[in-house]
Amino acid sequence: MSSTTAAAAHDDHHHGPEKGLLRWVKTTNHKDIGTLYLWFSFAMLLVGGAFAMGIRSELLQPGLQLFEPQFYNQLTTMHGLIMVFGAIMPAFVGLANWLIPMMVGAPDMALPRMNNWSFWILPFAGTILLSTFFMEGGAPAFGWTFYAPLSTTFAPDSTDFFIFAIHLLGFSSIMGAINIIATVLNMKAPEMRLMDMPLFVWTWLITSFLLIGAMPVLAGAVTMMLTDRNFGTAFFDATGGGDPVMFQHIFWFFGHPEVYIMILPAFGIISHIIPTFARKPLFGYSSMVYATASIAFLSYIVWAHHMFLTGMPVAGELYFMYATMLIAVPTGVKVFNWVATMWKGSMSFETPMLWALSFVFLFTIGGFSGLMLGIAPADIQYHDTYFVVAHFHYVLVTGALWGIIAAVFYWLPKWTGKMYNERLAKVHFWIAMISVNVTFFPQHFIGLAGMPRRIPDYALQFADFNFISSIGSFAFGLSFLLFTYILVDCIRNGKPAVARPWESAKGLEWTLAAPVAYHTFDEPPTRAEILAESQHS
Amino acid sequence: MKLFLTITSAIAALLGPRSAFAEYTLNMTKGITDLSQDIYWLHMMAFWVCVGIGVVVFGAMFYSIIAHRKSKGAKAAHFHESTTVEFIWTGIPILILIAMAIPASKTLIDIEVLEKADMTIKVTGIQWKWQYDYPEEGISFVSNLAQSSRDVIKASPEEREAVHKESDYLRSVDNHLVLPVDTTVRFLITSNDVIHNWWVPAFGVKQDANPGFINDAWAKPNEIGTYRGQCAELCGKDHGFMPIVVDVVSKADYAAWVESKQAEKVAELASATQEWTEADLVARGEEVYNANCSGCHQKDGSGIPGVFPAMIGSEVTNGPADYQIGMVLNGLRGMPAFKMLSDTDIASVITYERRSFGNNGSVVQPSDVTSAR
Amino acid sequence: MERKKITKGFWIKLVSVPVLMFFFAYAMVPIYDVLCDLTGFNGKTGTVETEKQYQINEEREVTVSFFASTSSGFPVQFAPKVTSMEVIPGKFYNMSYIAKNTTDEVIFGQAIPSVAPTDAALHFKKLECFCFVKQEFQPGEEVEMALRFVVEPEMAEWIKDVSLSYNFYKLDS
Repeated sequence: MSSTTAAAAHDDHHHGPEKGLLRWVKTTNHKDIGTLYLWFSFAMLLVGGAFAMGIRSELLQPGLQLFEPQFYNQLTTMHGLIMVFGAIMPAFVGLANWLIPMMVGAPDMALPRMNNWSFWILPFAGTILLSTFFMEGGAPAFGWTFYAPLSTTFAPDSTDFFIFAIHLLGFSSIMGAINIIATVLNMKAPEMRLMDMPLFVWTWLITSFLLIGAMPVLAGAVTMMLTDRNFGTAFFDATGGGDPVMFQHIFWFFGHPEVYIMILPAFGIISHIIPTFARKPLFGYSSMVYATASIAFLSYIVWAHHMFLTGMPVAGELYFMYATMLIAVPTGVKVFNWVATMWKGSMSFETPMLWALSFVFLFTIGGFSGLMLGIAPADIQYHDTYFVVAHFHYVLVTGALWGIIAAVFYWLPKWTGKMYNERLAKVHFWIAMISVNVTFFPQHFIGLAGMPRRIPDYALQFADFNFISSIGSFAFGLSFLLFTYILVDCIRNGKPAVARPWESAKGLEWTLAAPVAYHTFDEPPTRAEILAESQHS
Repeated sequence: MKLFLTITSAIAALLGPRSAFAEYTLNMTKGITDLSQDIYWLHMMAFWVCVGIGVVVFGAMFYSIIAHRKSKGAKAAHFHESTTVEFIWTGIPILILIAMAIPASKTLIDIEVLEKADMTIKVTGIQWKWQYDYPEEGISFVSNLAQSSRDVIKASPEEREAVHKESDYLRSVDNHLVLPVDTTVRFLITSNDVIHNWWVPAFGVKQDANPGFINDAWAKPNEIGTYRGQCAELCGKDHGFMPIVVDVVSKADYAAWVESKQAEKVAELASATQEWTEADLVARGEEVYNANCSGCHQKDGSGIPGVFPAMIGSEVTNGPADYQIGMVLNGLRGMPAFKMLSDTDIASVITYERRSFGNNGSVVQPSDVTSAR
Repeated sequence: MERKKITKGFWIKLVSVPVLMFFFAYAMVPIYDVLCDLTGFNGKTGTVETEKQYQINEEREVTVSFFASTSSGFPVQFAPKVTSMEVIPGKFYNMSYIAKNTTDEVIFGQAIPSVAPTDAALHFKKLECFCFVKQEFQPGEEVEMALRFVVEPEMAEWIKDVSLSYNFYKLDS
């Protein structure tokens, strides 16, 4: 029987959580570690967001008012690195830690101690990365994509610390992915088959395979950079017989799976929230699983669509264009399935549903600009402009981040046993929704009008939309203060929540008390319980 | 309501002074080559396909949000799968994509497969300027961000707008690339240092400039005019400050321009044999310095500690002239070669550096540079 | 029912994936070179061992243009003797580059070729080239460096212009 009562006497070989701060340092409990990841990623979101405020402040008007160009390049680079490696990825890992064991009826992750190390590497790596601001020559300023030779021969001393930080971040992700694969494949309830598993578990399982395949390639690329810089190799230096374009091949071989790593878990989250608030089962469970797997497979063979302008032969350009356009098919299937889930449902619009619906709408817009970008000849005019910036912010902010925020509101009552303030949360949603579009939608136009990316100053014809975008970004930034308040207010003063606050929610986690006990599923759930909570009707 | 009005009028007030140059360009340029227009057409086709799909999908979604609401008494249905429907909405997108891929492939092949070129230009990206070589005509020059733009980067908005009226702020250069109209021009694009990217939207040309390798691109401009572009690959500090300006002129005007550039070259060579006064060298050197050197070494010669050496009190500017001449001509580690500048320009800028910033180095004559080559 | 026990075999298989992928990243280096040689990606030219006989179409003409660049810190003047020549694919041609060492030191250098368009690179073959070996320039010396090449007829018909560029960089010895 699963331990459904929080006040139940604990097993004799379990102890409750340790007291004090040391609890957090030594914990091997998946719930604690999930919490650590989530708070860390939130802090990094605010840091990366602060850099974005700096960027948008400089871009508010033409001319250079605030920063020297080289420092501005450091801000854009670190904004990207912190958001990708410090905010989005750890947040999804935090959600995985919290939810996967509960969703599969497991007591914890397969390797709880490695889980602890996976987390604690992150603040260490983040500190090293941020400390580069204070080194001579400044922080990395070559873009989060760090192309050679700007990042090798022409880069400041801090680059070696950047490389070290990337190694650590990658190592943490790989360990996390190994843990997730081992947990899902081996520790799910014996009576739970693969096609009984909830979509969040499926998408994270597939994401983990992407991670163990792609992150080591990044490690290889940065190691080659390290030896080029310090040990006389010439992987990326033409004068030594190397090739800077090869860097881009290796980087994007990692880089493209990486962006799918950042979105697949969000797809899983949306597949939980929409059925709950539409009071209708997820449409097409099996095809959702197959579509996710197809997207993951395709993500490995489209990397050079980031490289259409490097001097590729025609055959290469045609192939990568076709393969890239093909990804629209399984992605489209997922969107259609979500809409079909809503269709003829009985919808209510609590906060998580607002975020989920907004995700479907805005992520799809990001998908459209992605399709346009994949058309290689048109990319001649889009590449390295704000059109690309608009695209990836739509898929990463109103895609990945929106998924994370939706998940937080959806499962917060389960984690804390308290309800957040619904009215305030809705106000926050609308402020974020409007301001994010004011920020990023004009960037499509600026890009089409001809403004390149990664520049601190611009010609006057780009001024008006830049102004609007910056104002939107300030409002969007401020909205996170409201978000912080809502979270803290919930944790401190929230009204007590029931085990299943969303009446139609399905999933083993909802059978547990709220807040969840420190240890759960010491006994695996029965087949009947699994079927009762399955999304795969 | 009052708050709403206050906020919107504040925003309008801030937008006001901007309205003299209010440009709400919403779309890509059609450009002045056949290819740029093909690209524009592809872009619009893809855009409308996306709009069409969006209307259908979001239409269904928003209809559902309104009609299938619990608060309206909607009762949830129970259907949750349909293989037929899945096939349809997998198949139809595939067909749409194939339909899009056909014109896209055709345009891609048109771009890559260039006609016989009438002329060739070598474009070299250098941190943070472009060098243009006309190999057949024997012309070579460097194109820097215009001084007028440079001067107002940190100035007031009014000063910037005044400059913008005369010449596009940040999209003006000292030496334009000049091309004849209705001529197939082939561009060989490379870099001396990091990866840059040469982009002229009106031509539909954008290609990475890779160090150590050449890429090619081509354009056949159909209309006389001045067209502007920018570097489109992050290349360091002044990536945003290395624009491109191309004058497409009539064939007759182009021939005249070629002649004048060749005559200029002859005059430069002649001036290099003369003896120059220190004052003249320093005056010219200051211009050359501001255009070519101030990006790294700063206008006041203070450099950036740890990154770009200062002119002030430098061993090089106060030491033997030969060493400095060799360094400027051929480059050294992070410092690029400037051998494409004329002897007179190099002699003036070196003299300017050696005699300014509190330095006490010797004067360098153009003939010193000639003999060093 | 008993929970599954995770076998050692499972761990070995799982951990081997990231390990192998790390080595795959390094394997991408020679794979990239092989693919470039096979396909001419990124302007990498090839060589030919002997004066092969090709099927020649006397009507077909291609313009080959020649370019020269030097890397920062390479104090040798370097330029092609001619800026372009008309060639018939299948025939071998001679051409040379002039280099002048304007310093009073011995300078060592290596030239790296690059051909555009990329689709032409595969079929631009060199029989002799100064880029095959390291070059040594005596102080004040001016040399003519030879190149013997052929544009293979297999090259796509649509290619009418081919450009060959060399980038010379300094070697320490």
